[in-house]
Amino acid sequence: MLFALPVLLVFLVFSWGPIVKGLVMSLQQTNLVDPVKWVGLENFRYVLTDPGVGQASLNTLWFTLLALLFGFPVPVLLAMFLSELRGRSWLYTTLAYLPVITPPVVAILLWRFFYDPSPTGMFNSILGTVGLGPYLWLDSPSSAMPSIVLEATWAGAGNAVIIYLAALTSVRADLYEAAELDGAGVVRRVWHVMLPHLRGVLLLMLLLQVIGTMQLFTEPLLFTGGGPQGSTMTILLLIYNYAFVNGDYGAATALSVLLALVLAVLSAVFQLATRGWSTE
Amino acid sequence: MSAERSALSDADRKLSRVRVPFVIGQVVVLIGLLVAGLGPMLWLLKAAISPTQDSIRSPLGWFPSGRVEWQNLGTAWQQGHIGYYLGNTAYIAAGTAAVSLIVCTTAGYVLSVLRPRWGVLLSAAILATLFVPHIVSLVPLYLTVLKLPLVHTNLTNTFWAVWLPPAASAFNVLIVKRFFDSIPREYFEAARIDGAGSLRVFTSIVLPLSRPILGVVVLLSIISSWKDYLWPLLVLTNPDLQPVSVALPKIAKVTELNIQLAGLFLALLIPVLLFLVFQRAFLRGVGLSGGIKA
Repeated sequence: MLFALPVLLVFLVFSWGPIVKGLVMSLQQTNLVDPVKWVGLENFRYVLTDPGVGQASLNTLWFTLLALLFGFPVPVLLAMFLSELRGRSWLYTTLAYLPVITPPVVAILLWRFFYDPSPTGMFNSILGTVGLGPYLWLDSPSSAMPSIVLEATWAGAGNAVIIYLAALTSVRADLYEAAELDGAGVVRRVWHVMLPHLRGVLLLMLLLQVIGTMQLFTEPLLFTGGGPQGSTMTILLLIYNYAFVNGDYGAATALSVLLALVLAVLSAVFQLATRGWSTE
Repeated sequence: MSAERSALSDADRKLSRVRVPFVIGQVVVLIGLLVAGLGPMLWLLKAAISPTQDSIRSPLGWFPSGRVEWQNLGTAWQQGHIGYYLGNTAYIAAGTAAVSLIVCTTAGYVLSVLRPRWGVLLSAAILATLFVPHIVSLVPLYLTVLKLPLVHTNLTNTFWAVWLPPAASAFNVLIVKRFFDSIPREYFEAARIDGAGSLRVFTSIVLPLSRPILGVVVLLSIISSWKDYLWPLLVLTNPDLQPVSVALPKIAKVTELNIQLAGLFLALLIPVLLFLVFQRAFLRGVGLSGGIKA
């Protein structure tokens, strides 16, 4: 019993407690100064009618979509390629993993410099050598979000590569041998053995990536603060603003609960829809 | 990381129509990875010892003014207090790892070895938290730390505020429990017959046998605490306690660019060195995390 004490205490205070408290707080009005007042669904009504929430939802979805387009295929292809390497593959994996090791704040401050919109900015001078640009990057409402996605993809790709690589090492060698004996060429071996083996992990990573990107915070806060013109204001940044800028904890938890609900429904639907696919 | 064989067989590798594109592919991928992985880091090193004007006017140039300013690193360390903030970061990471270890090893021991009847319940309650997005508890967790239930202590601006919450990690408990499950139960029975109590079994059998998984937990918790920004920003408002991730954006606002970039370089150096030393354990930990989630 004594051994269960640390886990019980820590989970009670810092996990189970806050989860329950979050659900309760979303029905209350509280700013830590005035007495707590029960307001029913008032917080939800307030949040759902706030035009900022609609804008932030669209921005967040836009980010998620872009992140999937940029960020999903590259690690898969890279891992499939690296799994064919003999010998020096550690060099490749180490290089691919270096951005993941870079602390996000360091990466963001560095990339903020790279995104300097003047013609002598880092990226602009590289693109300038082939006659492109200069671009405004973070300073224009239309390119700010894609710029953030680009950095986030760079920062996260290495992680996915390692996970796919780990999955690929467990493909049974005899499957490839059997395919080869049946006369399957390299392309068909990749298509009929390698990809089906990855399917479960691919689906899971897809879900995790969607869930992760929907909780984007540090990047928009440090890159743009939500601007220009609210084009990078995400749901989580809005929750942060509600709670820690406006002191409206009720609205903040109501929005958190809504986001969590969306994520939960999304995972459930995703699991149901893909149940048949992920078995090998 | 490579299996005994992969999609390409040894026979394929000898065919020139396979070998040539494969070798070209290797070169292209290697260059791409060098540019994307190592490039920013090397550029940061160069910029850290360049005058500000060189970095701004021609970021791609190789010391265009001919001046190399090694002193930038010293200035950032001293004036920007980067050394001090790195110390805070290390202290936070070490504490987080220690608390996490205590929680997940004792929990794993209860769930895997002692197996009380209510263990199933505890296990389910811990697992359930894996499915609740962290975002639900961000604000209430902050309020909890502001005023701890029952004891009514304010943990903000103490390191406990960053040490304790990450220890409630269902993932850590799960991987440690799974590892403990793989220890043959005969060991425990033999020890019991020899008269060892629960504590003795824990400290002299379970823990020594589990060093690999404990290493993974330590590494993963150090990485995540080293990377964290939002939580320490919220609960450590006293600048004397802040980790380097919270301090850097503030330094960036008031410092000249060359010193700022030198600071970024110093903040990047330690995680990269740690990674290069513990590379295998790092990559295994990540692979493991993917395997468990799958």
